[in-house]
Amino acid sequence: MKKPFPWHILVFLTPAFLIYAVFSAFPLLDTLRLGFYTTSETGSQHFAWLANYRMLLFDPNWSEGFWNAMGNNVKFFLVHMLIQNPLGLLLAALLSMRGVRGAKAYQTLLFLPTLLSVVIIGFIWQLILSPLWGVAETLLGYVGLAEHFQPWLGQEETALYTLSLMSVWQFVGIPMMLIYAALIAIPDEIIEAAVVEGASAWRIFWTIRVPLILPTLGLVTILTFVGNFNAFDLIYSVKGALAGPSYSTDILGTYFYRAFFGYQSQLGSATLGAAVATLMFLVILAGVGVYFFFVQRKLQRFSF
Amino acid sequence: MKHIRLTQGALAAALLTAGTAQAGTLTIESWRVDDKALWEEVLIPAFQKKHPGIQIKFSPTAPTEYDSALQARLTGGTAGDLITCRPFDKSLDLYKKSFLEKLDGKGGMQNFPASAKVAWQSDDGKDTFCMPMASVIHGFFYNKKIFKELGLQPPKTVAEFHKAADAVKKAGKTPIALGTADQWEASQIVFTGIGPNYWKGEEGRKAIVAGSAKFTDAPYVAAWTEMSKWAPYLAKGYSAQTYGDTQNLFASGRAAMVPAGSWDIGYYNQQGVDFGAFPPPVQKAGDKCYISDHTDLGIGVNPKSKNKGDAYKFLEWVGSQEFADLYTNKVTGFFSLSNHLIAVKDPVAKSMIDWRKTCGSTIRLNAQILNRGEPNMETELWTVNSAVLNGKMTPKAAAERIQAGLSKWYKPAK
Repeated sequence: MKKPFPWHILVFLTPAFLIYAVFSAFPLLDTLRLGFYTTSETGSQHFAWLANYRMLLFDPNWSEGFWNAMGNNVKFFLVHMLIQNPLGLLLAALLSMRGVRGAKAYQTLLFLPTLLSVVIIGFIWQLILSPLWGVAETLLGYVGLAEHFQPWLGQEETALYTLSLMSVWQFVGIPMMLIYAALIAIPDEIIEAAVVEGASAWRIFWTIRVPLILPTLGLVTILTFVGNFNAFDLIYSVKGALAGPSYSTDILGTYFYRAFFGYQSQLGSATLGAAVATLMFLVILAGVGVYFFFVQRKLQRFSF
Repeated sequence: MKHIRLTQGALAAALLTAGTAQAGTLTIESWRVDDKALWEEVLIPAFQKKHPGIQIKFSPTAPTEYDSALQARLTGGTAGDLITCRPFDKSLDLYKKSFLEKLDGKGGMQNFPASAKVAWQSDDGKDTFCMPMASVIHGFFYNKKIFKELGLQPPKTVAEFHKAADAVKKAGKTPIALGTADQWEASQIVFTGIGPNYWKGEEGRKAIVAGSAKFTDAPYVAAWTEMSKWAPYLAKGYSAQTYGDTQNLFASGRAAMVPAGSWDIGYYNQQGVDFGAFPPPVQKAGDKCYISDHTDLGIGVNPKSKNKGDAYKFLEWVGSQEFADLYTNKVTGFFSLSNHLIAVKDPVAKSMIDWRKTCGSTIRLNAQILNRGEPNMETELWTVNSAVLNGKMTPKAAAERIQAGLSKWYKPAK
């Protein structure tokens, strides 16, 4: 008997496929296309092959800003990798220990900022750190550190790191939850066997737990990478699209905003913006590619 | 069959009336978020008294987003019927892209002097595309109470200004309320506000446009040099101080002076501050003073408006004595550009508009032509001027960077 055509598969897949195609795949392809055009004085668009990319990468008017934004983005990402994710791992490890009192409450509290709007986060921190009315200086004063207070958000040297740490504060809940979920999924028998063998808690953590959650750590890394290189909202809500002082907090997202929408009297250009968006896409694609090639392939799935 | 046709007819009729009802609502695009209440409570009702039945909606966008958002809405065909126009290039660009109607000869336009219309005309002066609405004047506000306590007079020269600032600092208050976190004040209020006294207003501005002067020439560098001396007078941590912080600092009486634009008069009145205004100090006693008297707001018509008839009626009203009076006296700190004689009631606004009698008026240095190329001079000035105030850039380096940026694309400057 001939097998009937599996219509149900088609029926179930079509809606998702259509939505994905219309709202994700098509805009992406159209952006890639638009990047090859330029906008003339009158607003009409002409095919110009690589003119936009040449401008972004080699014309000092634009390339300096682009590489500055790229550099800042890398710093932004490194702060997250060096502080947010280890902190997430530490918190998850502590919370997954047996007999921690109020573990659920801590989890909720630590995860809470993630649920808040970035605009609120930016506003709160701006108030806290304000040299005029902020509480930061007073709080530092209680521990005798008042003279170390600086207008951190206003200095070229510190503004980007301050913003990165604000972002870390907000999002540390996500790696924590993911890692926590992986940690509690490790079967008790393995840990118990190690305990019977006489392994210390420290040793159990590094030689049993961490290797078993490596796929999750990889996932967290790639999520951080994609999130950070697409970041925009926090910088925009705190420093505006000009990402001051002197572009020291400019990242690819704000750079894209200025290219696409313009800022104040600087006119935006949809085509140049599309080229910036394409470059951002390529950077993220390359990063994800490297990750899949060198890391993901070597990871083993453990199933029990 | 007949029944169906009847419902169709009714439906069509309903749609048509709905259409006309909607076309009767005029939407005004503007960046004056702060004036929303005034438009809704004062200006629009006043217009509706004359023209009942025309619905008007005032729909502002934040100033820094306005140009880009407006451009997107105009391109997408969703922009409002009436468009508030920035002066010079920004609106000229819209006109070139046919996003603004030509307004020459329309009702109301005859009430404006030629000098007011320049900001919204094509380079050859043949086409006018926005009706001038208002200008803003830059200067300093001072807290009368603090000045009285310390026995200070509003300073006339730069030396007196520094002396006053030193005296305030000695008394333990902040001499000047000013921050650089938002960057724009450093340029629009400070640099192009105090600068005209150094480059002699229009003379210096036109010299740059003509290419006969460079930003690296002494008068322009002198303006930056003066700014670089302000750091000790600003509040602690001023590099993280936003414009809102600045307003609070002055309104709460913690700072004695604030470099400001006339648009802030309304805000400080609301806060109940007892303050006066003085023009940017001149270099030596007896020097002619210059003020930044910036043609800031115009209003134009969207060619794609569904209801141009009513839009023009509104425009005609904007050109009337009644509007000029309401706008000058209710939206305090914006000065009507029309020929009508208006009695300015607010004392601070009155003193600022009176500066026109003794000082030379000029517009913001870079507003005309100089903002057209890349790098965009307006954004460059924001960055450079806040860096100078922050002590991160020397006046000479600032001048060199602005001049280098200009000569990259502007032929007369090469």
